[in-house]
Amino acid sequence: MAVVFEKPKALTDAVLHYCPGCTHGIVHRLVAEVIDELGIEGKTIGIAPVGCSVFAYNYFTCDMVEAAHGRAPAVATGVKRSDPEKIVFTYQGDGDLASIGMCETVHSAARGENITIIFINNAIYGMTGGQMAPTSLPGQVTQTSPYGRNTETQGYPIRVCELLSELDGPAYLERVTVNNVKNVRNAKKAIKKAFRNQLEGKGFSLVEVLSSCPTNWGMTPQQALDWIDEKMIPYYPLGVYRDKDGENNG
Amino acid sequence: MQEKVLMKGNEALAEAAILAGCRHYFGYPITPQTEVAAYMSKKMPKIGGVFLQAESEIAAINMVYGVAATGKRAMTSSSSPGIALKCEGISYLAGSDLPALIVNVQRGGPGLGGIQPSQSDYFLATRGPGHGDFHVLVLAPASVQEMADMTLKGFELAEKYRMPCMLLADGTMGQMMEPVVLPDPVELDKTPKDWAVTGTECKREHHIVNSLYLSPAELEKLNLERFERYKKIEEEECMWEEYMMEDADICIVSCGITARVSRNAILEARKQGIKVGMIRPITLWPFPKKPLLAAADKVKSFVSVELNMGQMKEDIELAIRCKKPVYGCTRVGGMITTVDDILAAIKSAAEKGEE
Amino acid sequence: MAEHQIIIAGFGGQGLLFSGKVLAYAGLAEDRQLSWLPSYGPEMRGGTANCTVILSDEPIGSPIVDHPNVVMVMNNPSLDKYENMVAPGGKLFVDSALIARKVERSDIDVYYIPATQLAKDMGAPALANMILLGALVKETSCVSEENFEAGLRHAVPPRKADLIDLNLKAIEIGKNYNQA
Repeated sequence: MAVVFEKPKALTDAVLHYCPGCTHGIVHRLVAEVIDELGIEGKTIGIAPVGCSVFAYNYFTCDMVEAAHGRAPAVATGVKRSDPEKIVFTYQGDGDLASIGMCETVHSAARGENITIIFINNAIYGMTGGQMAPTSLPGQVTQTSPYGRNTETQGYPIRVCELLSELDGPAYLERVTVNNVKNVRNAKKAIKKAFRNQLEGKGFSLVEVLSSCPTNWGMTPQQALDWIDEKMIPYYPLGVYRDKDGENNG
Repeated sequence: MQEKVLMKGNEALAEAAILAGCRHYFGYPITPQTEVAAYMSKKMPKIGGVFLQAESEIAAINMVYGVAATGKRAMTSSSSPGIALKCEGISYLAGSDLPALIVNVQRGGPGLGGIQPSQSDYFLATRGPGHGDFHVLVLAPASVQEMADMTLKGFELAEKYRMPCMLLADGTMGQMMEPVVLPDPVELDKTPKDWAVTGTECKREHHIVNSLYLSPAELEKLNLERFERYKKIEEEECMWEEYMMEDADICIVSCGITARVSRNAILEARKQGIKVGMIRPITLWPFPKKPLLAAADKVKSFVSVELNMGQMKEDIELAIRCKKPVYGCTRVGGMITTVDDILAAIKSAAEKGEE
Repeated sequence: MAEHQIIIAGFGGQGLLFSGKVLAYAGLAEDRQLSWLPSYGPEMRGGTANCTVILSDEPIGSPIVDHPNVVMVMNNPSLDKYENMVAPGGKLFVDSALIARKVERSDIDVYYIPATQLAKDMGAPALANMILLGALVKETSCVSEENFEAGLRHAVPPRKADLIDLNLKAIEIGKNYNQA
């Protein structure tokens, strides 16, 4: 009998702890598929963050390092500088990457570190139970913005791809989402490019994935996927923000 | 055997680290240890090593964490305010059982403090610099020669026990030049460590470098195992030097620059007929409790000479189980105890006896 | 003298730390025990600077000296600071081209040398430090002449090696300066 669907080899048999409807699972799978297709499992080292995806080290079959909150790009820098032949990726959420770890994010990008960053933007702190994130939308109700994010006192969301695109360092920056089949396919293409860039020594590649958090958004999984279309994409437009390849090719 | 050369303490430790096989240095400029970074930035590119000026002390220690996770020797250096920032990363190194060398060329505090020599991070270093229940090895060099020797020793011990080691120097040790015979280059064993992340090559289970354990039972077990290791270190790795202790009535306890000044004071006191000696701890953790306890049966009192308000004094009192009085002789803020300061403390101790 | 405890002080930029390094390297050439300790920090950037050099036949305890037996000063604040610290019987070397006042103590030997003027006269105003140092080594015999020169050759960085002869000339001027 022909096998038409199976678990990627780069994922362990561990049962994912993510909530029903959460898109972390999809993105994990995409990363694993890319690792399989590029044949790099044996030389890949992943850096897990603090946040909902803290247990990523249990889910990928490659060697894994658990970093302190926000420090994954610095840890990845150490690993990559120690052994440039290895493929090093971080998997980080919005609190980790865009709040407590913004300094490490910006500087690893500015250095053009030859690493791959998968950035999950779901506009909320999931693991601690739904507090405001640096990417929470204006007016968004969270546990720590119970009257809606007030931009006068709580400031504005940070658009990471746009921010980093001001730097000369990054090789590739793209924002994607995984809220429907077409977008999932696009997301996989972007993730694959981000890993391939590293293999080819092109430098810092970051893929921002707009993701859903039905539990903390207080929605059904389908409502959450729709909310990405209705609310997130208008604020965080999908697209390529930097592609040194493209630029070079005119 | 290398020839005798004249070097600054900061440069001697940097060169010793290279000779110890360290090829990864991450740092951020701060007085009075910037020579370490400057030396590394010049040398590392020429020998295929990595020098990276990190965006912050926090990033630097986490880069060290990344290299350490791959099983290679890595180091960072800073001074007191910068070390405070590194404490998060040091705790993660300890929690993940990773070796690394952290150099702290101390300056006066708290806050921004000053830039002159100090030993005010004694508690910070010896009580486990960061959150959680752990120790780091703490080495306190008292000469440029020891700056080099302890760097080598620090890497060895850190690797042997899979834990961070802090070289706790002060501004004087970093800035002064003395003749030094550098260690011979170390041939490192290149076999991948059985815990390091080096890529599975799809031939083994994945390695995970991690300090997160949500099961209290599992976390307790790991902590207990770590403290078993600490117990062994306390038994086997204490280092100290005794100076004129054979007939001493008063025992000075001091490390680093103040131990050097104390030697002059001891010679002067002996000229005046007061029998003084010194026990100089070289490891501050593990603290050399045994020789101090043994001395407590012979001497009338102890004098703790240090550049803080008496942090090591507490360890001395614990070590000797308060059998004899421990007097303090301290200067802070970047001031250094003078020979006269110490002499006065010795005379005062001699008058008080075992009171 | 078994131990020379030397302090060299003045403004940053007068080559004081370098002078100390020359003595330190000379001490190394003699295989004596030695230490060299500089002042450091913002005061190095245009303010006062000093360094302490100890040359000894015995292992050196403290690298910090409270009562130096040899002092060389190249500005007024340094004379004010160190005059009273010199050990009785010690030697004090004063750049009298920069310091107008006389030393008040009578229990030490004082050498007034207009080093900055002599350096200008020889067309190398930056070498006043070496003129004073030449006098210092002659009067204290802290290192041999041969090792003094060896120390100089060590202390001068390779890119400035062409200045060694000029330095040696300055040292000679200091040695031969007749205070009478």
